[in-house]
Order: sequence, then structure tokens, then C-alpha cells
Amino acid sequence: MSTFEPNLVGFLCNWCSYAGADLAGVSRIQYPTNLRIIKVMCSGRIEPGMVLELLEAGADGVMVTGCHIGDCHYTSGNLHTMRKFALLQKLLAKTGLEPQRIKLEWNSAAEGQRFANLVREFTDQIRVIGPNPIKAPNPEQRILLNIRAAKEAADGFRLRALVGKEEKLATEGNVYGEKVAQDEFNEVMEQAVETEFQIHRIQLMLRERPRSVKEIAKNLGLNTRLVLNYMVALRQRGWVDIKDAVEGTPLYAAQ
Amino acid sequence: MSDLRIGVFVCCCGINISAYVDVPAVIEYAKTLPGVVYAEEDIYACSNDGLTKIKKAIKKHKLNRVVVAGCTPRTHESLFQEALEEAGVNKYLFEMANIRDQCSWVHMKEPKKATEKAKDLIRMAAAKTMLLEPGDEPEIEIKQSTLVIGGGVSGVCAAISLADQGFNVIIVEKEPQLGGKMRNFDSLFPHRQKVSEMLESLLQKIQTNPRIQVMTGGKIKSVSGFLGNFTIDVETRTGTESLNVGTIIVAVGADILKPKGLYLYGEDKRVITQSELEEILRAGSVDANRIVMIQCVGSRSAERPYCSRICCNEAVKNAINLTQQDKEVYILYRDLQAYGITYSRLEQEAKQNGVRFLKYQQEKPPKVTAETDGLRINLYSPTVNQDVEVKADLLVLSTPLIPVTDARELSQMLKVPLDSNGFFREAHVKLRPIDFATDGIYVCGTAHSPKDVGESVAQALGVASRAAIQMAKKRVRIAAIMSEVDQTKCSGCGICIDVCAYNAIRKNEKGLAETIAAACKGCGVCGATCPEKAITMHHFTDEQIEAQGLAALMEE
Ligand code: SF4
Ligand code: SF4
Repeated sequence: MSTFEPNLVGFLCNWCSYAGADLAGVSRIQYPTNLRIIKVMCSGRIEPGMVLELLEAGADGVMVTGCHIGDCHYTSGNLHTMRKFALLQKLLAKTGLEPQRIKLEWNSAAEGQRFANLVREFTDQIRVIGPNPIKAPNPEQRILLNIRAAKEAADGFRLRALVGKEEKLATEGNVYGEKVAQDEFNEVMEQAVETEFQIHRIQLMLRERPRSVKEIAKNLGLNTRLVLNYMVALRQRGWVDIKDAVEGTPLYAAQ
Repeated sequence: MSDLRIGVFVCCCGINISAYVDVPAVIEYAKTLPGVVYAEEDIYACSNDGLTKIKKAIKKHKLNRVVVAGCTPRTHESLFQEALEEAGVNKYLFEMANIRDQCSWVHMKEPKKATEKAKDLIRMAAAKTMLLEPGDEPEIEIKQSTLVIGGGVSGVCAAISLADQGFNVIIVEKEPQLGGKMRNFDSLFPHRQKVSEMLESLLQKIQTNPRIQVMTGGKIKSVSGFLGNFTIDVETRTGTESLNVGTIIVAVGADILKPKGLYLYGEDKRVITQSELEEILRAGSVDANRIVMIQCVGSRSAERPYCSRICCNEAVKNAINLTQQDKEVYILYRDLQAYGITYSRLEQEAKQNGVRFLKYQQEKPPKVTAETDGLRINLYSPTVNQDVEVKADLLVLSTPLIPVTDARELSQMLKVPLDSNGFFREAHVKLRPIDFATDGIYVCGTAHSPKDVGESVAQALGVASRAAIQMAKKRVRIAAIMSEVDQTKCSGCGICIDVCAYNAIRKNEKGLAETIAAACKGCGVCGATCPEKAITMHHFTDEQIEAQGLAALMEE
């Protein structure tokens, strides 16, 4: 049996972490070959949906690195990274994939050794948890559905708008000038993530074929009342509609 | 694009790459990649010969996209981009695969795996290259004028230096006169020169220089724009005036802490601050025989962890001045920070003049009691391990410089950061100590941190030359890595405007967002945030990043 070689992707910001990786090279610090690096100008460019897409495509792990807090070349870019990564973690937790498959780290241009250590630790960590289950010959359908739903939820208006407003809500307050405390915001975020995740799971199922509320509830392990509520929301957004009814039970289909 | 013609140039970097990566195998592989019509090996791609070879190959094989697999784009990208331009290909149709710093050098003992990784990195670069678009670098004109915010010593010195170099300067000072905090001071250490002499000669220069315009009693209301073209609204007694300048210097100075509630300050008239003592000395002599000074009042504490840098020297200087009026002076200190080449000498002089130094501990601060015939100060001296009592006619508290009250407001208008103490923070403590990260805005003097007049002037002259360097260029080219808003998707929510650290997005007359190309730094935060996904980040588009990521995961 061959040992498992993880496929890892790393998003590195140009100014600190990519420079840190270069320094590891210049200093000839050896580390495992598993990470494939993508350079972006700022770690704040990375969207949760991008990471989820790579996990869906079979990446065993995805790492995002930026400048240390306070050192961001763009002043506050990494603060945005932090908020986006928090959303990513919440979504990933819903999918059933291991939370250790993603990693956010700060690494400066002077930390060549540290960068090498990060890659080594991350590679070892993924070796321990094993390959991305999505790559299995017969991947579990539930996980596939979950990760797709998570990606769509991440790309959707509601969660993106919430993360985008997080800073302003905390510092300047909402339209009424009321500042929102961090745990209060987390609460709102947590609920929004759950709703969006479920809504997108339902929508994905309905894209396959029309289904009844009862069937969806059974499939997703949710109670029917809840699914009905989600269905109302989905209809309001114009994403699903009642197709026809079988023996008095309405069937819903994606629009 | 149907007629994609990608050329891949794999550099050996002497043997830095080829000793660990099987370059011929990599080239053979590169030729099989979609869009790639040509691949070759170079010993040193960055040498003159190498660049000539690349230019020739571009022409001969009609290449319209280029990948160089070699060292790091951080050092070599611009060199290859120039070669592309010379060969008639837009410089944004270029991508590097870093197979040296992030491959051959870090996998020296695993040549097989290093070769596989090099192939992957080239596949990723080629995948991005396929989606690249040519970029136009807009050129903007730089206005030949500077706004100096703050008319203290720093601001005034910066203004004079810039005007002497031929640039127009506008000083906006919120107080009715120029001169800043120094106006109330008596003398300057280390030479105890009179402040009035220095200020007068500076203000004289300002008044007689036709290139300098002064707006006193002015308050900055709003700032927009970017290097070369800033617009600032200033509120004055007569109304609001709009200024247009190329660069901005922040020289707002600092305030001096009034230590209400500490050591009877504000309760007993015989307790004053060091700066209030300056005012008295400036007016004449002190009506007290024994004067006690306490250092670090309100600084190096939990609330204000920093050392205010000037107070020790100021106290020592004033103590010497007082001994010359035959006064008895005590300085109670925690640590005497008489740093540098002149200040230790000043301390020696004070000791010779009979100034007495008594150390106290932060945990056991001196206790001050008001009595009818004077103030009683009790303290524990760790030096002699004893409680000590001193009587004083006047108690002088050395308090720190603190950020001006409107620092935060101003920092938000300029979109420049403050540090944890509330002072303006430079872009980089060593590499860019007087720049802000935002081009065209600079900081000097005590707006940045407590410092003495000499240090403030040094910074003032520094920012004047930083601003002059930019303005002397007259025009700048802006990298085409920038955001663009798709007006058909934008809902006008304004979130992108909030997250942009550079004021680089504004709302147009339709209420929709649009990028100010000249101000955009290309970080991509707006693109990653826009809930409508209405923003394209040129050169780092969603599609390009995803293509690279998916290519990384592809099996060979
Ligand atoms: S965040 Fe997007 S939708 Fe909102 S104003 Fe900016 S570009 Fe428009
Ligand atoms: S890319 Fe960065 S600098 Fe440019 S507009 Fe967007 S957030 Fe601002």
C-alpha cells in the first residue's frame, strides 16, 4: 500500500506570506512537496466559496496565509480574511468534512522557517485525517450535497452581505446607530448560516427532481415544519415552486 | 479565446533548478498543456541572452501569452514583463511559475516529487494565463502642491522645505495662530535655546514665502482622492473652502495630558504640569523656593503603556534653569531615560548644579498631602530602602504627550491607521517610517509618536522630500491590477465602499459603485466581499483563481 500523499492548495498573499515562502527557499529550508501555492495580492481576496470549491474538487486541505494582524500591506485586508474564514469554518462544520482540512495562518516575509514548519504541520495533519472522502470511488452522497450547498450558501447574497457588514455593525452600528456586540453578531451569523445551508441543500435536491416536503425532511433529517418554513423562504426568493400534487401532497420543484 | 498561443520558458537558473528538477521532462510535459504551442529551456532566462531568446521566440512563434517557470515573480516579474512589451505583447499576459524558491530549493532531496510539483506549478500558471486579459495602465497627473495639516513646528518646517523646492503649500491650522504647542514653551533642550527665537525665525520664513498659504482656524471636513489629486474640504470662520492638492502631510502634533485626579492636580494650585511650568518660566521667574518634579505621571501605565520620550529631558532642562534661579529642585523618577549623546550630559550638569534625583517605584507612587505651608510628599526610596519625606512649594508633574482629540476622526477621513495608543501609524517602522501605506500621504512629528523638536524637524524635512519625490515625477502610471464594478449587477449597497481601505470606490450619480482607478491598490477585498458579486478584480479574477486551484488538483 502506498502512503497517502495529500493534495494541498495554499492561497498566499503577495507581500508577507508569499515572501516568507520565498525566504524558506532562499534559506534552503526543506519541507514536504504537497502544497501548491496560488499567489493573491491580499489574503482578503479569498472568498469562502473558493475554498469550498477546491474541497468539492477533491483537495485534501486548503490553507490561507496572510500578513500578521497589524502588518497587512493593505492595512486591514487580513481583518476581512479573518471574518471570511470564520464564515468558512461555520459552513464547513455543517458539511461533515473535517474542520482540520482548512487552515488560516499569518506568516511574515521574515518567517521562512515558520512557513516551512506550517507546511510540514499541515501536511502531517492531513496525512493523519486521510484523503478527502469526496475522492472515494463511491463518495457519500450526503457529503457531496452538503459541500455543494455550503459553497452555494457562501456565494449567496445573504451571507456575503452579512460578512461584509460585520465591521461596520461592530464599529459604527446599524442604521439606527446601535452597535452590535460580537457575540450578538455571531448569533445572527450562526442562524443565517444554518438557514442558508439548509435552503441550498433543499434547492439542490429539488434541482435533481421534484420532491415533497415529507421526502425532503426525511432525506435531510429535519422536521417537516422546518422544511416547510424553508420552502416558504425558497418560494419567496422565487427559487422553487409547487409543481403538482400527488394524492393531495404538493410536490416542489426548483425554478 | 480561440487563437491562444502560450509559450513556456523553463529556466534552469544555472543549476539552481536543473540540479533538482528534471527540466527536459518538464518541458515535454508543458508542451502537452492546452494552449501551449511552444516550450523551451533557458540556462538563465533573466540574462540578456535569455531575454533576447524569449523575445525572438515570441515573434517567431507568434506567442500571445507567456509563462516563465523559474524564480519568484516578486523579484523578476517586471523584468520579463518588459521583455514582453518589447516583443509587442501586453505585460499583463504573463505569469510566472515559481519552481525555484518554492520548489527546487525546498525539495532538494526529493527530485522526483520536485519534478512533479514543477509540472503542476506550470500547469497552474498556464491555466491562469489562458484567462488573462491585457491591462491598460492609466497615467495620472500629479498636482504640484501639498496640504500640510497642522501648523506646529513639524508642519511649518515641512512647508518651508517644500516651498523652497518650488512646490505650493497650504497649511491648515485649527488654532488661530501657527506655532502649535511650542508657543507656550520657554526653552528647548539640550541647549536651552529660547523657543521664541526659533519660532519667530520660522514664522518669518512662512510669512515671506509666496508659495505658502496659511489657513488658521481651519478644520478638515472631508478628504477624497488619491496621490496626485486629493480634494479636501476645509471649514473656516468664513465658510467652507475646497482645496486641491497632490500630496498631504499629517503634522497635527499631540496634546499634553492634564492629569486630573493625580497628585492633587486640579485641586491644589501648587500642583502644575511640566508644560505649565514652561509657561511660568517663559513669563519670568517662579514664585517658589523648593520645587519637586514627579516623572511618568500618566505614562508607562496600564492605560498608557508608552514612554513619552521627552519628559525626562524636559524635566532635567527645567531643573537646571531653576537652579540658575537659586531654586532647590528634586526629581522623583521611575527610570531616568536620558538617552542619546547629549542628554546624559544634561543629567550630569543637573546633578552638578545640585538637582536631587530620587527613585520611586511604580507600585508605591509618592503620596502628596496639602498643608498650609506647602506640600508634603512621602515616598519609598528603593535605593536607600527607606521612606523619605520631601517638602515642596511647587509640585511639577511630567505628563506624556497624548494623541490630539480629533486624531481618530482625521484618520478615518484620510483612511490611514492609528496605533494602539491612538497616534498615527506609519506604513512600516523601518522601511517606510514616515509614509502611510496610502500613497501620497505622510506623517511627521508628534502626530506619529512623542518626540522632541529636533526629531520632529528631522521627520518634517523627511516628509517634505518624500512628497517632493512623488510630485517631481509629475505623472504616475497605475498598475492595471484593479477592481471594476459591473453596473448592471451593483445594487448600490455601499459595502464595497466600507471595506476599501483606500477610498477607492465611490457612488456615481446613479447611486451605483464605481472604482476610482487611480486610487485602487488592487487588494481585491471589495471583490471578495460584494454580495452581488458585481466586482471584477482584474488580473486576479474569480475565474483565474479558480482555474489555478482546479489545475492544482488535476492529475497529470
Ligand atoms: S458591494 Fe457590490 S453591490 Fe454593493 S455597492 Fe459595491 S459593487 Fe455595488
Ligand atoms: S481592490 Fe482593494 S483598493 Fe481597490 S477598490 Fe477594491 S478594496 Fe479598494
